[in-house]
Amino acid sequence: MIGTTGYTADTAAGNRGDRYHATGTESELLERRLPPIALAAVAALVLVAIGGVYMAAHMPRPVSLAPVVGTTVAGWVLFVSCEGMLASIKGFAWKTFFRIFLWAVLAYAVIGGMLEYIFILDHVRGTVLVILTATLVLFAVDIPLLMAFSVARYQPNE
Amino acid sequence: MTETSITTIGGGTAPRPDGAAPTAAGPHGPLLDRIVPTKGLIVVAVVLAADVTCIAGNWQWGLDFFHVVSGGMWTALDLFIGLIIGPMVLARLSMPARMEFAARFMPKMMLIMPTLVIMTLASGWQLARKIGALNVSYPQHWWLTASFIVVAVMMVIAIGILAPANLGILFELRKPKPSGELIGKLMRRFIYTAGITGLMQVATLVIMTRIATSKWG
Repeated sequence: MIGTTGYTADTAAGNRGDRYHATGTESELLERRLPPIALAAVAALVLVAIGGVYMAAHMPRPVSLAPVVGTTVAGWVLFVSCEGMLASIKGFAWKTFFRIFLWAVLAYAVIGGMLEYIFILDHVRGTVLVILTATLVLFAVDIPLLMAFSVARYQPNE
Repeated sequence: MTETSITTIGGGTAPRPDGAAPTAAGPHGPLLDRIVPTKGLIVVAVVLAADVTCIAGNWQWGLDFFHVVSGGMWTALDLFIGLIIGPMVLARLSMPARMEFAARFMPKMMLIMPTLVIMTLASGWQLARKIGALNVSYPQHWWLTASFIVVAVMMVIAIGILAPANLGILFELRKPKPSGELIGKLMRRFIYTAGITGLMQVATLVIMTRIATSKWG
């Protein structure tokens, strides 16, 4: 997950790398500036919510899928950009991050699984099911990323 | 001088001098051992299994029961925490008292709130389909759509801001020397967002009572 773009204190002063490196003292952890990962993850969650409301408001009637495809694709793009930004951070509490991420994925897989089960039970099939599944998977990985990042950013470098 | 013991969540005890407010655990060990009370997971599993059983069987009374009970508890908790506990209790406590409160309160909330939310939404959706509420003509349908929007906004606030703050506080409380500054910052976020979702629950009450008294079809 460690990228090569260099968000590290090893780079010269003034380089943006200094902002994204933490040595682990309390004030440094509170003050350090990180890429807008939480913002992008929340934005992806907003897109999931918009797509979900749009679908829910129209089901079970036939509806144009273009808006929800758009929100889902945009949500995934934001999620992937979060991954990219995360990978560019050096000196991050990766152990804490992955510990939270994996447990949260498990919890949200149960929640997403319940919703998926209901859709299947209600005979949702074909393209609609594929789009809803993509939305639910995004929901089940975006929230754990947000939670894991929000905690790990305040943990000392591991 | 007598001593009181503050039981850490999930295990050991952190002795405190009598009368002294519990501060950052320091030499006494962290205030919190476990983020999630593992025994509570059994209760969650049983409740979710019962909910899924009702959904699978399309059992209207069960769906209604789970939707009304869990939705009512979700609304009541949000209102109580957001409008009473947050601004009137937590905000007026000293930092050590807030930390002590958080160490005992928030692990339970990590289990209770997501369980109530998923129960409400899953059984509510299935109930709406079963009774034909999704097919109703306008303007009733807009009330339902309005409820989707309110829930979606609350979900974004709760999951995007409140839950990460809650989790951050819990992890900080596990440290031998928690940062009062960080806990204060995250606690403020928790109080404000809980207040917002509490107020939004008033909208939920208006919408749900309106829907419940509408005629479908």
